[in-house]
Amino acid sequence: MTPATASALSDSALAICIFSVLLVPFALAGLSLINAGLGRSRSAAHSMLASLCVLAVAALVYFACGFAWQGFNGRPAHLLTVAGRQWSWIADQPFFFRGLELDGSPASLSAWLQMLSVGLAALIPLGSGADRWRLSASCLSTALLAGCTYPLFAHWVWGGGWLAQLGINYGLGHGFVDAGGSSSIHAVGGLTALAIVWILGPRRGKYTMDGMPTAIPGHNTVFVLFGCLLALVGWLGLNCAGAILFTGVEAGRVVLIAVNTTLAAASAALTAAAITRLRFGKPDASLSANGWVGGLVASSAACAFVNPAAAVSIGLAAGVLVTFTIEWLESRLAVDDPAGAISVHAAAGCWGVLALGLFARFPGPALNTVSNSRLWPGGADAGQWMAQLVGIATLLGFVLPLTYSLNWLLNRFYPQRVAEEGERQGMDLYELGAGAYPEFVTYTDGFPQR
Amino acid sequence: MRLTGFLFLLGGWLIVLAAVALLAPALARAAFVLAGFGVEVLGLIFVVRSHLTVRGERE
Repeated sequence: MTPATASALSDSALAICIFSVLLVPFALAGLSLINAGLGRSRSAAHSMLASLCVLAVAALVYFACGFAWQGFNGRPAHLLTVAGRQWSWIADQPFFFRGLELDGSPASLSAWLQMLSVGLAALIPLGSGADRWRLSASCLSTALLAGCTYPLFAHWVWGGGWLAQLGINYGLGHGFVDAGGSSSIHAVGGLTALAIVWILGPRRGKYTMDGMPTAIPGHNTVFVLFGCLLALVGWLGLNCAGAILFTGVEAGRVVLIAVNTTLAAASAALTAAAITRLRFGKPDASLSANGWVGGLVASSAACAFVNPAAAVSIGLAAGVLVTFTIEWLESRLAVDDPAGAISVHAAAGCWGVLALGLFARFPGPALNTVSNSRLWPGGADAGQWMAQLVGIATLLGFVLPLTYSLNWLLNRFYPQRVAEEGERQGMDLYELGAGAYPEFVTYTDGFPQR
Repeated sequence: MRLTGFLFLLGGWLIVLAAVALLAPALARAAFVLAGFGVEVLGLIFVVRSHLTVRGERE
């Protein structure tokens, strides 16, 4: 069970992998709808256009330089020797996909999947910066994410980098393992969302003078809930393709992956609904939707290596975590995150990574060239748990400062927050010149007087 | 305070890296990884507090 390298996949694995990657755009559509639905009606068209632009920028930048720095397991990389061990810290590939045969090889499939995955990561901060993040600034910030932050961390996890090699180099389980992207897609996107929210500040009117948060509900719950259903389809593809390409599981294991992904989402959504029902008397639709996506995010890392009961436990914990961190961030830490993306993607992503260390049982021979001989019978490996902890420490100690400083620098030269007038009018009118719902004029002060 | 916080985050990560690369005994390595993680949490608290202060000043 060595991750796919230069060798070709079996026919069945290739077919399943291609079908799975074809499903991933549903996750992009779902997340875009969720972001638009949780924002205000006067920014809905802006939100959807920003999603399209951000996906376009992410794909182009990843094509230009992202893959060159992320690379793929077994391909050339820059090595650093530390205490006699080699640390692969960045890939050494030509720009613009040169030297990459787009012929169905694992590397080419990885490049295709990653062009979509980096778009998914870039959509996450959009939800957090809703109603106040300029379109051009979000595109520039995405270029930094797709060209620098994402490929670097993804190389460490999926490109045969030093995190993946913690097992073979230092005996820490199988090294850092993340099959579907809880860390490299979601935690990276979620931490970027946190940096963006800190830099932009809260929306006007979100907090009263004495610091109490006011409720600014999303404008279209149907968008949000339909987005959740689309996201499930996309996540099934993302988790299956990621597990086959990056952890080398056999094709038949996609059934377990699909069952685990669905169970984690279901248990997380029901947990969030039950918690809000107990606390507020009625289940909250947007928090339940956040729970659903949080369950999907948490399932991604370990979906191929846990049994269904563990997937339900991961989902339950994700539902609790998401529900309470959203409230905690908003009321205690003054973090105005309209889509709850920081809790859903950063917090649940980190939980998913840790959960792998707690629940995973690795099948077959070697993963990251480490055999299973060190696993405790029927339980987790302390070294594996440590490797997962090192991964989370890297997210907090390296990715967060990097993404914050890049966006802070961008903000110094190109202010990211829209002008006060833009917030008052709504992003649709101010930046696009037309609203998403022209027949439902709610904010008449934003329209030209006739 | 924000810069201090980010330096703590970076410093905690370096402690974790050093523990992994330089320490062989599992217990010592685990202790230093957890210590580095603790330094990161401290850095995170600094960064969060710095943003709370900035928001208070704006108001």
